Amino acid sequence: MNGGAVLLAMILLPLIGAAVVALMRTAPVPAKATGLGFALVELVLAAVAWSGYQPGGGRLQLTLSVPWIPAFGTRFALGVDGIALVMIALIAVLVPIVMGSSWAERLPEGRTPAGFYAQILVLESLLVGVFAATDVFLFYLFFEVMLVPMYFLIGRFGGPRRQYAAVKFFLYSLLGGLVMLASVIGLFVVSGRRLGHGTFDWAALARIASTIPTSTQIWLFLGFFVAFAIKAPLVPFHTWLPDAGAEAPVGAGVLLVGVMDKVGIYGFLRYCLPLFPVASRTLAPLVLVLAIAGILYAALLAVGQSDMKRFVAYTSVSHFGFIALGVFAFSTQAQAGAVLYMVNHGISTGMLFIVIGMLIARGGSRLISDYGGVAALAPVLAGMTLLAGLSALSLPGTNSFVSEFLVLIGSFPRQPVFTVIATTGMILAALYVLWFYQRVMQGPVRGAAVVGALDGPGAATAPQAGAHRKRINFPDLSIREIAVLVPLAALILLLGLFPQPVLNVITPSVGATVTEVGLTDPVGQGGS
Amino acid sequence: MLAYDWNFSAQVQHVTAPAVDYGAIAPTLIVFSGACISVLVEAFVARPARWSAQVALMLLTLAAAGAALGMHLYSRGATPVVTLAGTVAVDGPALFLWGTLLALSVGAMLLIADRTVEPGGAFTPDAAVRPGTAADRAQAVGTLAQTETTMQTEVFPLFLFSLDGMMIFTAANDLLTMFIALEVLSLPLYLMAGMARRRRLLSQEAAVKYFLLGAFSSAFFLYGVALLYGYAGSVQLSRIAEASAGTDRPDTLLFGGLALLIIGLLFKGSVGPFHTWTPDVYQGAATPVTAFMAACTKVAAFGAILRVLTVGFEGTRWEWRGLLWGVAIVSMVIGAVLGLTQTDIKRMIAYSSVAHAGFLLVGAIALTSAGLSGTMFYLLAYGFTTLAAFGVVTLVRDADGEATHLSQWAGLAKRSPLTAAVFAFLLFALAGIPLTSGFTGKFAVFSAALADGMAPLVVVALVASAVAAFFYLRVVVLMYFSEPAADGPTVSVPGTFTTAAITLGVVVTLLLGVLPTFALDWAALGGFAS
Repeated sequence: MNGGAVLLAMILLPLIGAAVVALMRTAPVPAKATGLGFALVELVLAAVAWSGYQPGGGRLQLTLSVPWIPAFGTRFALGVDGIALVMIALIAVLVPIVMGSSWAERLPEGRTPAGFYAQILVLESLLVGVFAATDVFLFYLFFEVMLVPMYFLIGRFGGPRRQYAAVKFFLYSLLGGLVMLASVIGLFVVSGRRLGHGTFDWAALARIASTIPTSTQIWLFLGFFVAFAIKAPLVPFHTWLPDAGAEAPVGAGVLLVGVMDKVGIYGFLRYCLPLFPVASRTLAPLVLVLAIAGILYAALLAVGQSDMKRFVAYTSVSHFGFIALGVFAFSTQAQAGAVLYMVNHGISTGMLFIVIGMLIARGGSRLISDYGGVAALAPVLAGMTLLAGLSALSLPGTNSFVSEFLVLIGSFPRQPVFTVIATTGMILAALYVLWFYQRVMQGPVRGAAVVGALDGPGAATAPQAGAHRKRINFPDLSIREIAVLVPLAALILLLGLFPQPVLNVITPSVGATVTEVGLTDPVGQGGS
Repeated sequence: MLAYDWNFSAQVQHVTAPAVDYGAIAPTLIVFSGACISVLVEAFVARPARWSAQVALMLLTLAAAGAALGMHLYSRGATPVVTLAGTVAVDGPALFLWGTLLALSVGAMLLIADRTVEPGGAFTPDAAVRPGTAADRAQAVGTLAQTETTMQTEVFPLFLFSLDGMMIFTAANDLLTMFIALEVLSLPLYLMAGMARRRRLLSQEAAVKYFLLGAFSSAFFLYGVALLYGYAGSVQLSRIAEASAGTDRPDTLLFGGLALLIIGLLFKGSVGPFHTWTPDVYQGAATPVTAFMAACTKVAAFGAILRVLTVGFEGTRWEWRGLLWGVAIVSMVIGAVLGLTQTDIKRMIAYSSVAHAGFLLVGAIALTSAGLSGTMFYLLAYGFTTLAAFGVVTLVRDADGEATHLSQWAGLAKRSPLTAAVFAFLLFALAGIPLTSGFTGKFAVFSAALADGMAPLVVVALVASAVAAFFYLRVVVLMYFSEPAADGPTVSVPGTFTTAAITLGVVVTLLLGVLPTFALDWAALGGFAS
């Protein structure tokens, strides 16, 4: 059984789907349905890949490798470890949900849903590719090309300042990517000197990693680091994310914050640590400082945000700090927590993004101050928001708690000071989530977006006590919207109570990563 | 020796004609013959039939030259052949660059021959008319009825002569041959730059500017040749290399000569800071000619730079390489930064070509086999991309001809999605996004440079690429994210010729991005004859 064929199919299928959907420009509903159909088939393929993967088996499984450009020593090589597999599964789960949530999206004038759905499918293909590549050149290729569909998604379908946000996003990422290209080429040259012929094969590079001189490793590490730190993003490379996240259409925003940003963290785990072990150990304090700064700084900014989508973007930057802390603590427990966190964050932030999108679709405003007392009008919407919010603040019983807890207890033995500081971020998380919920959902019905919706624009200045009877303009969730949110809500609870199946897939791979960095777990800790 | 012997009749007997390997130089001979026949066609064929006759002749000539090249490669491979008394070297790089030049000229020829996009063709039927007069306005608005009679066909022989000059330029093994080839390639270009149908004043300015600055650079080149002759006693590159290996001759002559020589070459390749003609000439010349210049002149100039540096000056590389580092950086920075401020699409692509010239120079000064093949691959890739890009520029028009001001491109995607998509793809290729030839080329060049110990230069190049990406992106933003202006340009339905040229460029750009192996292998076929 050649498992690599599944991964190849997962890359090709959405591309075919995109071509088909793009041709259906004049028929919006069939186009959307076709797009969703392809995304659901992709989900089935992901399930096949999941069942074909043996936790604790080879380092890389479901492999496929064909020669591509011999002159550059690169092969079209695919394969997954546990880390990549859970991310691919996350993509496959999120894309149909994103499509469902974008079903009634109000696109800017002149844009067709066919274009939107086709771009989402192209993005899905490239995202799968970036996680499935086991050749550094191929990884770089996907890493750069995936900017293009996201750029068009933001720039064509986004909010009022979409041009600015799209260009800022693209240039930031491209700059990071080009700095990384210097390191990619450097890696090729170094491998040529060590092996006699340059190669991009990840496994071969990981084998010679420890023989590369420390100074070379540090330069190469820094090249990769800049790209991944921009992508992740770590403070101070994060400034593009609030703009891109706020202006992106909700569906693209979910994939941007939920999946694409994870490529940065994944890059640290898959490329920086095993390929530059000495440099990773040497420079870990640098990354940890940025991670901790990110947790606190972004959390404080999240508290102060007035725009709901920017709020979600900042909470994400804060969460990414936790994830980076877990990765660079170099213990199996912390890294397993970090990888699980990547999945959980995709689910909970994805859900938060989607419910906020639903709120904005009703109120027509992104400002928190335009809302108030929504729970009285739309209790289901409020309940879903609360669940997503509680998951974002890592309440025990939700999925994020497990991962955050693993990161913190896994990091403590090696980095006690950083871990203690990071813990204060949890308090800030509770503050920003609950205060947000309180302002938007609770109390008397108020705010221009809500009251305007109740009585029409003229009545915005004088809310009446009897206004509740005219609530038709601020409806609760529709069946479609509930259907979109229920899978995410279920995953939040399920992974909060039974994380073990996912951890079983992740742990052997992160254990191998810790070994590749040349460290062993602190005493008293092993794989869970 | 001859000059000192007054007994001329006695001397004649001593002259033996050099052996000529006709098979090896057949492609250049065919192009040269084609050019001569083309002049005769211009003189003797009746006006209405001229255009068809010329186009057929062009296609025949290029196909025959390509076939001769193919036969040579098939029968003798890339084994270096030095012929014509050591003045011409037909070796791996020369063959690759000949192939590149011929392939690119097919595209350029198609653009030049098109006479439906601009009714009557892009060239003025009467270049002597004073700009701005009624006669000038009348010739600018060539109506469809006049199409048959007013197509300017003398551009075709000029085109072939120039192409032949370029081919010999890349194969010239001594500096005098190189100089003659330089003139043969340049003089027709000066004329062609001045032949645009519209905006005559701008076109004439371009021609004069190109001619004056080109004459200067030729003088620099020639002065350099003289100094090098004084140093080595020969104009053959290999002799110069021998002379510079461990002698006590004055270095001033050698490096002074090299500096002047290389300035002449860098000028032709529009490498900053010797690029000042580029934006004006690119803007003023008729766009098909600009496409030809941008694609093919760069190939010729860098072919010569590679040969001069590798064959003639490899032994002294440590003395001069630092300076060329500086030139490469200046070129990349000028191209990337000044490109940001441009508002005219042709000038923008001109500055982009200056930045690309800097990238090419990074590969050219690596002087390794990887550097050689990488640079040549880059030339092939860049040539086709820029050719197709200029092809698209010819399509976007309003009442005054091409709409080259950037603001006029706003919202193009809404009006003509296909044109916008093609142009966006080409811009991404110029920016070096993976899956396009631009990325493969950059990778090949930069990996060669890094392997040769030029890491800081590579980092500068990558940062410059990121800066340059901004102005490519700006055009994509305009086309896709902006609303079209009410009185914006329309996109002409391209004729068969322009469609073919653009398709060729786009297909090659994609192919070299996804499956570049065959071209990379071909570029690495062999080194220079020494």
